[in-house]
Amino acid sequence: MRHHFVLRVVAKFAIPFILLYALYVQFHGDFGPGGGFQAGVIFASAFILYSLIFGLEKARHAAPPGVVRFGIALGVLIYAGTGVAGMLLGGKFLDYSVLAHDAAHGQHLGILIVEFGVGVTVASVMISVFFAFAGRKRTDG
Amino acid sequence: MLSGLYSLLSAAIFVILDAVDVAFTEAAVGAGITTVLLLGTLALTDTEEKPRRKFSPWPLVVVLVTGVALVFGTLDMPGFGDPYAPANRHVAPEYLADKVRQNPSGDPLTVGIPNVVTTILASYRGYDTLGEVTVIFTAGIGVLLLLGAAARHERPAPGAPPQPGGTTARPGRTESADDANGGAA
Repeated sequence: MRHHFVLRVVAKFAIPFILLYALYVQFHGDFGPGGGFQAGVIFASAFILYSLIFGLEKARHAAPPGVVRFGIALGVLIYAGTGVAGMLLGGKFLDYSVLAHDAAHGQHLGILIVEFGVGVTVASVMISVFFAFAGRKRTDG
Repeated sequence: MLSGLYSLLSAAIFVILDAVDVAFTEAAVGAGITTVLLLGTLALTDTEEKPRRKFSPWPLVVVLVTGVALVFGTLDMPGFGDPYAPANRHVAPEYLADKVRQNPSGDPLTVGIPNVVTTILASYRGYDTLGEVTVIFTAGIGVLLLLGAAARHERPAPGAPPQPGGTTARPGRTESADDANGGAA
């Protein structure tokens, strides 16, 4: 896509705002619509847009597949680890009330961390799946 | 393209139904990523359809039976927005009142987050959401196992960033495995 000058400029202009919006959806999910799932998908769509406009190689450079694959497992670990942390602090599995001094604060903190884990896994899976599809060459015959 | 438009329209319907979170997901996943993945798949497949051998009635029968069963199932569903529907009477009022969790001391505990969808998803239904994340995790691993290895050994080494874990050893292994498969087939 060397010749699509307008596309390249507009994409470069839009991608930071998409990423910023994903972070907003991620960490403002307690108060407005949104949460980890939505934020992860929006975050991944920024990378997919980058990959569509500037090519797969550059996108792989921006988001190395090894790191992204690591993120898939990391998100689930964050989620389950929050539950285990609650158990270690004397509560039940995934009981966030014991995470802070105040029960309501604990709930807020737990939900924030858990949603972050969801976002990491969803974004990583989406980017990896897209890379896997786009990196495949067509087999004739 | 049509499915993308369909998703965008469904997202608009969800907004009208006050389900903003679902609309968000539908717009991002359905209209955005699914369309891109479908186009990517189309680019991988052949451009010509295989000649059809003969008419087989079984797919039609399966589709018809499933469709009739689904329509029959909807006959028993409560009316739209019915306040006495089981889904609106069981635990939902407690979740909405935000008083179901008990402290160790026995006081009712409020989660106290304005977005009730996030409250239910992440706190009251934390196990379910953990299961969903695990499903996404498993699906991603499955796709990578099916497609990722091929993508890796097709990528040229010089332009790519160095990978931890030895990129030099792996391509040869997968290539020989592919050769073995081809020879067996």
